[in-house]
Order: sequence, then C-alpha cells, then structure tokens
Amino acid sequence: MPYYRIHKTEYIDETKRVSFKYDGKTYFGYEGDTLASALLANGVHLVGRSFKYHRPRGIVSCGAEEPNAICQIGSKKDLTEPNVRATELELYEGLEASSQNCWPNVKFDIGGINNFISPLIPAGFYYKTFMWPKSFWKKVYEPLIRLSAGLGKSPTEPDPDIYDHKHVHYDVLVIGGGISGIISAKMAAKNNLKTLLVDDKKILGGSTIYQNNESIKIDDKLSSEWLKNEIQEIKKLSNLTIKTRTSIAAYHGYNFLLAKENLTDHLPEEKKKNKIRQRLWKIRAKKVVIATGSIERPLVFNNNDRPGILLSNSINKYLDYYGVTCGENIILFTNNDSAYETSISLHKKGIKNLIVDLRKSASSELIKEAQSLGIKIYFNHVVTNTFGYRKINSLEIMKLSEDGNTTVGNIIKLSCDCLGMSGGWTPMVHMHTQSGGKLNFRDDDQVFLPKENSEDQISVGSCNGDFDLENIIDKTVNKINKFLDIDNQDYQDTNIICSKENDKRNIWLLPNKVPLGKTKCFIDFQNDSTAKDIKLALKEGFRSIEHVKRYTTTGMATDQGKLSNMHALGIIADTAGVKMGTLGTTTFRPPFTPLTFGTLVGRNVGKFFEVVRKTSMHEWHVENKAEFENVGQWKRPWYYAKNGENMHDAVQRESKAARDSAGILDASTLGKIDIQGTDASEFLNRVYTNAWSKLAIGKCRYGLMLNEDGMVYDDGVTTRISENHYLMTTTTGGAANVLSKLEDYLQTEWPELDVYLTSVTDHYSTASICGPNSKKILNKLFPNLDLSDENFPHMSFKEDNLENINCRIMRISFTGELSYEINIESKYGHSLWKMCIEAGKEFNLTPYGTETMHLLRAEKGFIIVGQDTDGTMTPSDLQMDWIVSKKKYDFIGKRSLYRSDTIREDRKQLVGLLTDDPKEILEEGAQIVSDIKSKPIDMLGHVTSSYFSPNLNKSIALAVVRSGKTMKGQKLIIPMENKNINVTVSDPIFLDKENKRINA
Amino acid sequence: MFLINCPFCGERDQSEFSSGGEAHIVRPKQPTELSDDEWAEYLFMRKNIKGIQFERWNHTHGCRKWFNVVRDTSNDKILSVYKMGEKPPVNYK
Repeated sequence: MPYYRIHKTEYIDETKRVSFKYDGKTYFGYEGDTLASALLANGVHLVGRSFKYHRPRGIVSCGAEEPNAICQIGSKKDLTEPNVRATELELYEGLEASSQNCWPNVKFDIGGINNFISPLIPAGFYYKTFMWPKSFWKKVYEPLIRLSAGLGKSPTEPDPDIYDHKHVHYDVLVIGGGISGIISAKMAAKNNLKTLLVDDKKILGGSTIYQNNESIKIDDKLSSEWLKNEIQEIKKLSNLTIKTRTSIAAYHGYNFLLAKENLTDHLPEEKKKNKIRQRLWKIRAKKVVIATGSIERPLVFNNNDRPGILLSNSINKYLDYYGVTCGENIILFTNNDSAYETSISLHKKGIKNLIVDLRKSASSELIKEAQSLGIKIYFNHVVTNTFGYRKINSLEIMKLSEDGNTTVGNIIKLSCDCLGMSGGWTPMVHMHTQSGGKLNFRDDDQVFLPKENSEDQISVGSCNGDFDLENIIDKTVNKINKFLDIDNQDYQDTNIICSKENDKRNIWLLPNKVPLGKTKCFIDFQNDSTAKDIKLALKEGFRSIEHVKRYTTTGMATDQGKLSNMHALGIIADTAGVKMGTLGTTTFRPPFTPLTFGTLVGRNVGKFFEVVRKTSMHEWHVENKAEFENVGQWKRPWYYAKNGENMHDAVQRESKAARDSAGILDASTLGKIDIQGTDASEFLNRVYTNAWSKLAIGKCRYGLMLNEDGMVYDDGVTTRISENHYLMTTTTGGAANVLSKLEDYLQTEWPELDVYLTSVTDHYSTASICGPNSKKILNKLFPNLDLSDENFPHMSFKEDNLENINCRIMRISFTGELSYEINIESKYGHSLWKMCIEAGKEFNLTPYGTETMHLLRAEKGFIIVGQDTDGTMTPSDLQMDWIVSKKKYDFIGKRSLYRSDTIREDRKQLVGLLTDDPKEILEEGAQIVSDIKSKPIDMLGHVTSSYFSPNLNKSIALAVVRSGKTMKGQKLIIPMENKNINVTVSDPIFLDKENKRINA
Repeated sequence: MFLINCPFCGERDQSEFSSGGEAHIVRPKQPTELSDDEWAEYLFMRKNIKGIQFERWNHTHGCRKWFNVVRDTSNDKILSVYKMGEKPPVNYK
C-alpha cells in the first residue's frame, strides 16, 4: 500500500511511531496524528457506510463537522464508545477503532442493497409505509426498524472512568484559539482582566497555524510564523488561562457556559488509569468573546459522497499540518478563492492538481499565483458526476449556462483519486444563537451572521463573517477595544498583506443534464438526505424549515447538520422562490458536539448520586436486619425481617406485637419546626384549620394544614412547650416545604407577626413506644415521672432526664394505642434507642418499620397526607370536618372551603372498603366502579391504602370514592386484570372507634 | 442560568434560589367577604406575560429571604431587585 505521508511537519513527531488497529487491521501513525490523518496516511479513505443507503463513505473533513468518519472505540463492555469522530480523536498507542453501520464489514456490506432500491425509499418513507396494515406495527415493523436503527453500540456495563466538575469565574472568556481568539485573549489579559481561552484542539492557532502561503503575510513574516510568536507571548501572561482540548458545549443565559475538557482521551490505556478522563467546566464570565471560526461548505452535485471526496480546506490541513496528501491526482471544485490556497500548497509539494471553478472568472492575487504556477483552471464549469465505488476514480464536468441554471456543451471526463470541494464558508454562529443572539443574512456570500453583539458577548473573526486576514485582525482589534472599553495599541502598526476575494458565485443545488430524480446529490451525508428529498418535502406541502428538517431528517444526525443545514435552507429558498434570509434557521441547541453522560454527572455516581439522610439509630436498624424504605432523602426502616421472614410475615408479627404488648418506631425523621415569639399562637391559628389560642402549656394538639385552595397540605402534632414556644411536627416528606411555606407567609403576608421558625428535625431523635405495655416500659426508663392519666394524660407533654440528659416526652399516638414519643438530642439517639429496647425486653418490645406503622394507623383510619390525599382532598372530603374551626375568622385555605366546587356533594371522599372475601387484599391504586357492564365504565375512585390486618383478621382498605360519604354499606366492584373483586363501603375507622386503647 | 442579586447576600447562582411566581398579589385581608369570583381572582389568576414581569424569588439555599425581582421574560434579563414591602420601581410599569 502506498504511503501518503509525503513530508515532515513540526506537528507530527516522526520519532514517536504509534501502532493502532482499525477494523482489526494494524496500522502505524505518529504522535500528533488524529485517527483520520493516520488512516489517510495509510491510504484509507473508506471508513463507514451511510445510515440509510449503506453507501461507502470516506473522511470528509478534519474537525467537529465530520459526518462520515465516526467510529466505535474499543470493544470492552464498559469502556467502548460509539460515534467518535476520527477527525478529532488523537492517535495513541494501542487505539482500537472500528467502522459503524455496516455488516459484515465496511468493504462488503449487505445493507448496501438499500442503495439500489433507493427509489423505493424516499423521504418520509417510514411515515408512509409502516402505516398499514395496522397490526403489523408491533410484531413486524417495529422490531425490524429497531434492528436497523442507530449507528454505534452503547457500552453495556457501568463506566469505570472518573469524571470531574469545576466551577470557575472569569472576567473574559474567549472561545476559540484561532488568530482572532488569540488576539482577543492577549488584549484582554494584558489589560489586567482575568481571562480564559479555550480551544478544542491540541494546540492553539486555528487554521492560520499551518498557513504557509507567501502571498499572505503579517509584518513580513508568514502568518503562521507571526502567530507562533503571538502564542509564545500570550503563554507568558499571568492572568490568562489557556485550556486546549476543551470545547464549549453550551452557552446559557447570563454568560454561564459549559465546557468539556478532554484529559486522557489521547493517552494510551495504561496512562489513562486512575486519571480523570473528562472535566466539565462550569464557567461564569463577565464577558464572552466568540471566535469559533467557520466551516467550509461542501457542494451539492450528483454522487458528491464518494470516499476520496473531501472539503478542500481539509485536504490543505492534512497536507500542511499532518504532512499527508489525500491523493496523488487531485481535483479541486470550488466557488471561491480558498481552494486556490489548497491548490498552491499541493502544487508546492509536487501533487498534481487542477481546479474546477463555478465562477466565470476571478482575479485575486491567489488566482494569479495559481495561474502563474501553471495550475489548470476550468472556470465556469461544474462537476456533474463522479465515479468509483470504494474511492473516487474519475469525474465529469460540464460548462455552466450564462444564468447558471443549466449545463451546456460537452461532458469532459477527468480522472482523479481525490476531489476537494469548497462551497464557501459558514460562520459558526452556534454560540451566538445559543446565548440568545439573533442572526442577519448577508446576501453577498449567503451567510448568517450574528445580528447584534450585546454588552456581554461579541463575535470576532470568521464566525462574524470576516474572512480575509486583514479584515480579521483589524476588526477584531477594533471590536475588542470597544467591547472591553480599553485602548490597546499593540496592533496599531501591524502590516498585513493578503489576497482579497473579488468574485463570488453561489449555486446551492448545482445543475445537471440528468433530471434530479435520477441523481444522488447528498446534503446530509450522515442521514443520507438528498436534494431530491428536500424538493419532495416541499412538493408534499412542507414549508417551515423546522418541518422539512424533521420530515427529511436533514441535520438530525450526530453532527447536527454542521455541513448540511445551509444547503437545505438554500434549496428550500430557491425552490420556494423566497429570499433565504427570510426563512430563518433551525434552532441551534446545545451541546455543540456530543457530551458523554459521565461528563455531565461528574462525581455524582454510585453512593454520591443522591444525598442520604440517616437517623442516629440507623446502625442499630442495620444490625437488626431492617429493610429500608426511601422517604424523601431519609432511609427509614421498612420492616425488620426476623429469622428470614418475608415482608408480609414480618409486618403481621410487628403489628400484632404492637397491639398485644409493645412496639417501638424510629420517628426521628418526622419534620420538627421550633416556633417561638409573642405571636406564635396567633400564627398557628392562621396556618392550621383548628383553634390554638386555648391550648394549655404542656399540651399537644393535632393540626391539619391547608393550601389556599382548601386542599390538605400537611398534618402533624404541635406541642406548646411554654407561653411563646411551640414545637411543630410535620410529615417526613413535607418538612422542608412546610417550613418554606410558613416562612413565605411570615415574610410576605404577615411581617407584623413576632414569630421565629427554626428547623430542628436533625437536632432531635425520636423513639415512639406504643402498645398496652408502653407505660410500664416508660416507667422503667423514667421511674421519677408520674405517668398516671391524671398527671400525664393523652395529648400532653412532660420533660424528664434520662441519665442526666433532658428528654421531651409526648403522650401522642399515631397507632391508636397508648403511646409515648421520647425526643432526645440527636447525639444521644442511639443510646436512647438501646435503652428503650433493653427496658422493653421483658414486654416483647418489638421494633417496627414504616409498613407496620401504615397498617396500624389504617386500622384506626388515620390518614397519611400524600398517600390517602393527593392535593385534591379537602378536610371534608376526608370526613375530618371536626378539625375545621367554625369560629375562626380566617386561616390559610378557609375561604376555599365553600367555593362552589369544594362544596359539591359528589366529590371524591375518603371511605373504608371491606372485601367480601376477608382474605383478599386489594391493590393500592386499583380503580373502583359500581357497574362493569356499561361502556365506558364509570370510574368512581381508587384504593389509597390496603393491608391485611392481623388484629382484625381481615383485609382492610382506605379509598377515595365519588360521593363516598353517603355510600356506607353499598357494594362496589374492583375490576382487576383477571377477576372482579367485590367490596363493601365501610367507615374508614376499623378499630376502636371509641378510643379506649389510647386511654388504656 | 440566571445570576440573581439577592438584596441581602449579593450576586448568586440561580441554583440557590427558587421562584415564587408573580409578585404583588396580596392575600385579601377579609377573604370571607369575597365572592367566589373575587377569591378565584386571587387564588388562580396570574398574568404570565411576555415582557416585563414582577416576580417573587426566595434565596432558598442562602439567607432564605423572599424578595422581588423585575425580569423581562422575553430575554430573561433581571432589571431590578428589591426587598419585600418595598415599592416596585415605577420605571418598569
């Protein structure tokens, strides 16, 4: 195989040979190569198959815009990565890459048959074809489409790599390290502004760094030499940070940007180990300079997608930067001057080449130079076809008519092994538009440009539509001086000589003798959409660019249409006969190039994925075989599996023990809010539905909190500790929101109230002991405390010491049993728990979890906010009218309780359900109906809580049912997948309606 | 991602704040005197304008204070920030 590396460059280290595998075959490249340049040096152009027609495709570009050379890296199940652009991947020893979307291999691909049946699969083929017969979708079409969908293969095991996040603040961020970015960064940093310069490549310098054309000079030096000096200088600036291999992924509002820094992707595997792979930079910059440059446009002609057809400027970079020629007999097809630079470079290196130029003539310095070198130029000609299956071997050109709409004269056949195309340049306005900037259209050279630059961001260089060097430098310097409000004179006397382009001619869809229907003029290489597809979409009535894009999938591949969007727009404008500028563009969305999930999540994986809150007693629960349930961020014991019990058996045992003797629950997670101030009572009056003013010191009261819309929001017991001091408890999950809501009212509606709120959830641990023997256990723990009903009745509060440590004890109950809650400073929580367990041993004190708690309270008909309510339940819906004060003038939500909707009789209301078969346990969430014959079936409500009660020896359930309050005793049906369950509506209180047990 | 100038703490990242919807909707002092429609006006009706909007924000992961923000919803620019109880800046009306 011929070796295409034809000369040395300073960017390729020929002393460091690197071996790599591509599609199983071993090749060699050098340090400094990308995978693409190394493949081209080995003469490999064919790197993949196209998505739809499976046509052979080759490397097209040398950067982020690459549509074809995307490959699968590695083969390990945890480390393999799909859709990596070979043009960006730096070569390293041992790299293994393979082509995608082909089977059995890239040279012979079965899917290639699609190319021959392509007339049968036009744009919208999927939408049109797989509509009928309807029954085919699930069994035939969908599995088939899924088989052929997607490009690479995802890793199937967790990513072992380490990723990182970093937050930074800068005065100025410069995006892009080309000539305009370097000048901008230097000006900013020299003016004492803390500056960050990022560039996605390994080295700075953009396309100027390998520029060696004698007709482009700065201060009498080659522009590349001049720029190298500048780079040396900026590296010395202390307040300038330079980050290479770093690409901006997203530009959000307020100059908040995300950048991805590649740290190890260019290293051999053994050097990657234990290092951070990629870092996500979260950048806040006071000002942003966008210097992202521009991307060369392809041209749209028949069979413009063969391997060996590249962008002209990429041929230049492969030659002058990597020392690699893309062919030995190259044709350049252009509509502008830049291909002439490529041509002259090739000529200097002795590579035979000629130029086909759309323009009738051109007269710049560059063209004169090419002519004087004797390079053959076909002006006013167009490429009409290309040949060669796995690589281009020849092409046909024809003369253009005067108006450029048709071809005239005879076909000229030319042989070649490479074709460079240049359709002009597209400024990279992605960052500008992501930041919210609008675009203008410049008719001259048909480019979208940043419309206005704000105080916070500016575009300079070719992304701002300034293409020749003199323009770039002069305008950049002027704009930056103004933008940063500085007066930098460094470039005052810089002398720039460059060729000026005088002649322009752009034709989006090039004419051909053959009708369009018989050609394949590709616009989007990766998604295989052609000019024909665009025209078909227009013929079928699509007008909006956003619709045409989605119908034809143009610009929707992994490259996001960096090469294709402009041509699609141009062809739509030409076909519809409208001005291109009026069409607008599709939306540029982040990320600019794909990001790995690893970069996005950073260190927040595994046990750092989410914050976990544990109570002081947690270790005891773990030691005693608790299964845990997540309640918000809390880990709460769900049930304790004793001797290998399953959940059902454990819950039955725990529930029985709690009612027969004693049970203990870790209630530390309940929200606790300390309320103090002279207006504390008044405040509680306003936030709860019931009255608080008359609550005696040392007493507890249950409260229901509503939203202003009258719906139940939270509940809990509040204790009056002293005259102006209360302790409120909230639901575990609602604690943070309740505190926020209360603070909101205090700060905004009632700032006159003297009330202070402090969250003390984490400050106290709570052990709740219930059951007929709980008093005896309490007596052992607190022998000096008078536990008599007279001294310490239900709903009251006492303080006592446990080994000199203060405890707050409330006699309150969520289970319906005699019950005490002991609160102690959290650091003593674990000891308290162990002492309770020890004291309770003789009474079979049984630790129980949330499931048993739920069961016990359901037996008693106590609601759980968030389980039996869902933000649409009023107190009356819950049959809790007793807790709504009639006397109070106002409280949060009061007015809503008699809105026309909340007083409807047929609202869903809380009821109990008993199954006809007492062993049948209902499913929570199951729908409830009365008539299963009528269609559609009238849904009356659903089951909210359901358990088998060991104490009642039957199944019980709570449910919300339309007009449920009036339905007691009625039969209803719960239709399940395989049976209908008959139930009877009951009172929601199943056990001890008289409250005998609480007061036992 | 906004930068919000908390009147108590200074400029902070949006992730420290939570939005509380439209500002200057005063809870009626005598709700019981209101008709269903008047109460519904307070309870449900919000402007949600494209353009200059007065909003409530809370520095949730900071000082936990509520304050008001004038924001142009068409470009997300925050034009002014002021404390609860202070009069809204008149030049944005």
